[in-house]
Amino acid sequence: MSERLGRLAVIATVAGMFSGLFGIGGGTVIVPLLILWLGYGEREATGTSLAAIAVIAALAAGAHALYGNVDPLAALLIGLPAVGGVLAGTTLQQRIPEQAVAGVFAALLMASATVLVL
Amino acid sequence: MEAGDLLGLLVIGFSAGMLGGLVGGGGGVLFVPGLVIFLGESQLEAEATSLLAMALVAVVGAARQGGYGNLRLRDGLVVGVLSPIGVGAGTVLANNLPERALELSFAALQLYFAYGLARRALRSPDPP
Repeated sequence: MSERLGRLAVIATVAGMFSGLFGIGGGTVIVPLLILWLGYGEREATGTSLAAIAVIAALAAGAHALYGNVDPLAALLIGLPAVGGVLAGTTLQQRIPEQAVAGVFAALLMASATVLVL
Repeated sequence: MEAGDLLGLLVIGFSAGMLGGLVGGGGGVLFVPGLVIFLGESQLEAEATSLLAMALVAVVGAARQGGYGNLRLRDGLVVGVLSPIGVGAGTVLANNLPERALELSFAALQLYFAYGLARRALRSPDPP
């Protein structure tokens, strides 16, 4: 196995682990690791993270659906405005410097860590 | 459902998507409380429903980033497909470790990432 594939496998495992542990999508782990470990640019990292999350979330939603806990109508009610939001967010992201993207992400991580510790 | 709840869902849904587009997440951090508060779903139902909404948002966001040339599809799919091993391990760990240990270790990891990203944010701008 190539070193690069090995690193992707580690990112996948760590992201999956935190998803199982904390019920998050994994972007918090995937984006920083792609940047700091695989030399991705900030925008590339967020775009690629979304593709990974699409697969992770679809698999996890399928598993939850087996237990009958998924409400498709509610998912559409909150998901359709979110599709508008993600289009706006990605458009905005192309117009701000990559350093600002890293800064926003760093602030988000610090806020989230503070909430966890408190 | 009352009009206020519908409006709340629209606002929180849009905000979650916007944040997801900016930082490369699916928006679950906001979906879950939104579904609990405005639709009265249980935590478990909200997490399950949130995952379906996240899948939809992430597909559209990834496609859009692909259009901008910011998507390495193969890497993304590799990470997605290999993640279930980690999900299984995480679930087992979560059930065998004290919750406080989980919170503190995750917070430490986040601070470590934040340090690395803050250093990138503060570096001198790339030459045009």
